[in-house]
Amino acid sequence: MHLKYESQLREPLVNGNKDYHQVTEDILRPIEAKPTKLWYLGFYIAVCLLMFGVYSVYREVTYGIGQWNLNKTIGWGWDITNFVWWVGIGHAGTLISAVLLLFRQGWRTGVNRAAEAMTIFAVMCAGQFPIFHMGRVWMAFFVMPYPNSRGPLWVNFNSPLLWDVFAISTYFTVSLLFWYSGLIPDFATIRDRATTKLRQKLYGTAAFGWTGSTKHWQRHESLSLVLAGLSTPLVLSVHTIVSFDFATSVIPGWHTTIFPPYFVAGAIFSGFAMVQSLLLIVRKVFDLEDYITLGHIEAMNKVIVLTGSVVGIAYLTELFMGWYSQNKYEGYTFWYSRAYLFSPYGWSYWGMMACNVISPQIFWFRKMRRNVYVTFFMSIIVNIGMWFERFVIIVTSLYRDYLPSSWSVYYSPTTWEIGFYLGTFGLFFTCFFLFSKYFPVIAVAEIKYVLKITGDNYKEQMSKVEVLPTEEFAHEYAH
Amino acid sequence: MAKKKFVVGCFDDEAVLFPAVKKVRTAGYKLHDIYTPFAVHGLDHAMGLRETSLHTAGFIYGITGTTTAISCISWIFTKDWPLNIGGKPHFALPAWIPICFELTVLFAAVGMVLTFCYLCQLAPFVKKHHFHARATDDLFVMVIECTDKTNTDDLKAFLSNSGAIETDLQFAEADWWVGRYDNDEIPFENKQELAA
Repeated sequence: MHLKYESQLREPLVNGNKDYHQVTEDILRPIEAKPTKLWYLGFYIAVCLLMFGVYSVYREVTYGIGQWNLNKTIGWGWDITNFVWWVGIGHAGTLISAVLLLFRQGWRTGVNRAAEAMTIFAVMCAGQFPIFHMGRVWMAFFVMPYPNSRGPLWVNFNSPLLWDVFAISTYFTVSLLFWYSGLIPDFATIRDRATTKLRQKLYGTAAFGWTGSTKHWQRHESLSLVLAGLSTPLVLSVHTIVSFDFATSVIPGWHTTIFPPYFVAGAIFSGFAMVQSLLLIVRKVFDLEDYITLGHIEAMNKVIVLTGSVVGIAYLTELFMGWYSQNKYEGYTFWYSRAYLFSPYGWSYWGMMACNVISPQIFWFRKMRRNVYVTFFMSIIVNIGMWFERFVIIVTSLYRDYLPSSWSVYYSPTTWEIGFYLGTFGLFFTCFFLFSKYFPVIAVAEIKYVLKITGDNYKEQMSKVEVLPTEEFAHEYAH
Repeated sequence: MAKKKFVVGCFDDEAVLFPAVKKVRTAGYKLHDIYTPFAVHGLDHAMGLRETSLHTAGFIYGITGTTTAISCISWIFTKDWPLNIGGKPHFALPAWIPICFELTVLFAAVGMVLTFCYLCQLAPFVKKHHFHARATDDLFVMVIECTDKTNTDDLKAFLSNSGAIETDLQFAEADWWVGRYDNDEIPFENKQELAA
């Protein structure tokens, strides 16, 4: 008898004949074993990319923004494109942990830990772009509102760019707290199994002296639930505010009210795609196919096809409004600068359409949703498409706006601009490799919590329950 | 801070654990705690623990955040440095909603996590006695505090009959400490003995 009932018809979330101990063994095995050659190779490549990024940023800081090809007309280019792209990716983690927790979706337990880690690393990468775009990065602290000796000259609280500072830093802090509070019990598990003194000490420190007391678990549950409740509107607010960076301006193509929901849908879309790319590798390399099952992958692909279609509708709505508003500038931006294939940046619009709207429709087929190769390929395609989307929004709106004398079609990134982007990949994967080696990539305690409800070996026990008459069932299970 | 005597019973199935908790409570033993590898729903009620008020604390932290944001921004923009932005009102409340919301969430989250750590006495380098190493793996470890009158052998047999797969008698420090903890060398207690 268990306290939560789940129909036998639902697909098991944990395959294989597992008990609690087996779950611990399976998930903690990579942490307790030596890293493989493949891990070292991947880590090495990531660190090399990071170093290239550091050098690119060093040049930008030393010689100035002129190291990038931004100009007076196209003042935002790759940097802000990359910023929005990374922030968007950073949305799936909290969405999986928070929204799915509130909706009581059992499948979140298999993927939430890695997705939250991805969120944190992605937000770290995102933050680099606006900071280094400031040019004089050593003055970045000027965005902090504090009584200062410059007047005091305060920041502009009415500016969406400042809202962004608050939104992103709050999002990072809350995600980090949520992630770490979930990690504490798992660190305690590693500590109590440690075979070496060093591991016991390190994980013991990280576990904060967790014992697993019932009272502590009760508080932990309450904390998780409230943090989930706080994070859900937070996720929506963060990308809404990012979209305000554009939507509150008067630039044709940016000045639209559908930006907030459209950006949020896009963020979830790209975030889930990135989770798929990472988890498909993690489940293979660490032998975790029993925990991240095809059912999990299918569920995420359903989210991808839904949000991809939402984004598609948003694109079409924009095109419609470009015509329907009868505003010349809007019409020009949407129907020439973007949708006309042979305009200078038309390729990016059609790249975006192909990757984000057309190709994800393949996921209407169950066979495709459950095919790991198709899923992996599509996850990459979606992320390319979402990068194009941000590039389209930023560059195609800027390069030709109101004044033809200031039009510019000559924006292409320099080596150092690309290097900065590659460097954030390096940062992201360096962090992710360290995470996958030293942290439990699946929430051990949470899997144990759902094991007896959704594990395939326990599902069979439910057959007895399935045949119960309704009154008897209600008597047993209602509380 | 002194060591106490505990009888420990380990269960490997929550379906056995729940009736055992009920039996232990009706028999009148003092349930110190139950250590579990994951959050077992309903166990807190079965043990008779009261609901946590952590969420209430979270609410208070949240409204503190909102008030901080509104009061600071309105003071800055209307009193300290009224900035003329296109002739718009100085008290531009709608434009402050995003920051007020973010600070609400930030204060609530940070405050709750700190309160959680304080209540559960969680911090780096804090040490606690672990009654069973597998309590974080696959065992549900029930710990019963003994008094002078408790017959520990009876209690152990009682727990075994209730379904415990392993029972044990332990002298342990129930509180937390930092650094070393050796019963034979508790500085305070030794000093008291010397004084007496």
